[in-house]
Amino acid sequence: MSKMHVKLNVNGREVEGLAEPRTLLIHFLRENLRITGPHIGCETSHCGACTVDLNGKSVKSCTVFVAQANGAEVTTVEGLVNDDGSLGVIQEMFREHHGLQCGFCTPGMITRAHRLLQENPTPTEEEVRFGMAGNLCRCTGYQNIVKAIMASADMLNAQKEAAE
Amino acid sequence: MIPAGFEYHRPTDTASAISILQEHGDEARVIAGGHSLIPMMKLRMADLAHVIDLQDIQEMKGIEIGADSVTLGAMVTQHELITHDGLAAAVPIIREAALQIADPQVRYMGTVGGNVANGDPGNDMPGLMQCLDASFELVGPDGTRTVAARDFYEAAYFTAREDEEIMTRIMIPVPAAGVGQAYEKQKRKIGDYATAAAAVMVGKGSASVAMTNLADTPIWSEAASAALAARDVEGCVAAMLDAIDPVEDNRGPVEFKKHVAAIMLRRAIARAISRAG
Repeated sequence: MSKMHVKLNVNGREVEGLAEPRTLLIHFLRENLRITGPHIGCETSHCGACTVDLNGKSVKSCTVFVAQANGAEVTTVEGLVNDDGSLGVIQEMFREHHGLQCGFCTPGMITRAHRLLQENPTPTEEEVRFGMAGNLCRCTGYQNIVKAIMASADMLNAQKEAAE
Repeated sequence: MIPAGFEYHRPTDTASAISILQEHGDEARVIAGGHSLIPMMKLRMADLAHVIDLQDIQEMKGIEIGADSVTLGAMVTQHELITHDGLAAAVPIIREAALQIADPQVRYMGTVGGNVANGDPGNDMPGLMQCLDASFELVGPDGTRTVAARDFYEAAYFTAREDEEIMTRIMIPVPAAGVGQAYEKQKRKIGDYATAAAAVMVGKGSASVAMTNLADTPIWSEAASAALAARDVEGCVAAMLDAIDPVEDNRGPVEFKKHVAAIMLRRAIARAISRAG
């Protein structure tokens, strides 16, 4: 099969590459672009370890062909650090509230939490659990992930208020 | 995990998509949200030489709320169904059901057209569309035709859609004010297909009842609907249990599924009645 020319904006930078249309977005990110934060935890689209933000939507990048994503804007966990390279708010809160152990689900968790808090800046605990239901974790039992996201919401809202 | 290679097409109108389908026949398939097709391709249960991506076809997008009828573009995502307040006001059962489908990521991508056209009895929208008496617009080389949801499903993965046709829109009659609606689904966990699920509309002397994943197609039962219209709940449940034909799988044996089916149906009826005016 012939390769196609793919152009994406990933974490604010224009990137291009050649890939077969069947290449999954997760493989293109990890293998062509060496953006290895997003992970692969299954082959049935359940685990969400590969979650990235694609044109403002949380998407499992194992279930998108790179051909479908051609021209899209993608944000991965690597793009969620502050401009000075320090941890973003959600990343910092996962650290502070022990929202990770092995760290394999964490990039997908944080990228999903980023979109969830854009859409619902003041979620209840129940809304956080439901809003994160596409992401599996084998280590934490979820409790501390929920705490980290609730704390992120508070901090982001406080920052927004301070800026106004 | 690794799908076989294919040629990729991204037409910008329905006619072009159909001509690509005609050119390649069985070798080609349209891709909407990709969240049933890509998993099948990754397991090599679907092997296609040509994939036709519908994402740039504007005429298959959008939600129109009319006084008597709601029209959904086939490429409307589950996320868009959930977040559309006009739709929630006109046909609230759609949001209720969509929130029980898959998970957030899948709902951003998966489309209502893909859900109803897929033909998997596990999908929730087909039974819901039968309950609502929706109809599906199919466009093919010979023009456009409309098929009732209640006539669309023939067997697992077999529908009334011809290979060279594309489902473009879904038309749903707006239920009368005061008609209570409910979608009740038993599943093992988030994202699972139903062990049993029931879609119920009742009120104003009418009723409609359909169930999901209890046969090789969704099941709408005229007898169950008529019984419920007469407020004969036990008659409705008995008629539906007669109409379904579940098979044993890892969600449970046949007897258990019938048991769960009756419970889901009774709960959906109770909730729909509580919402009826």
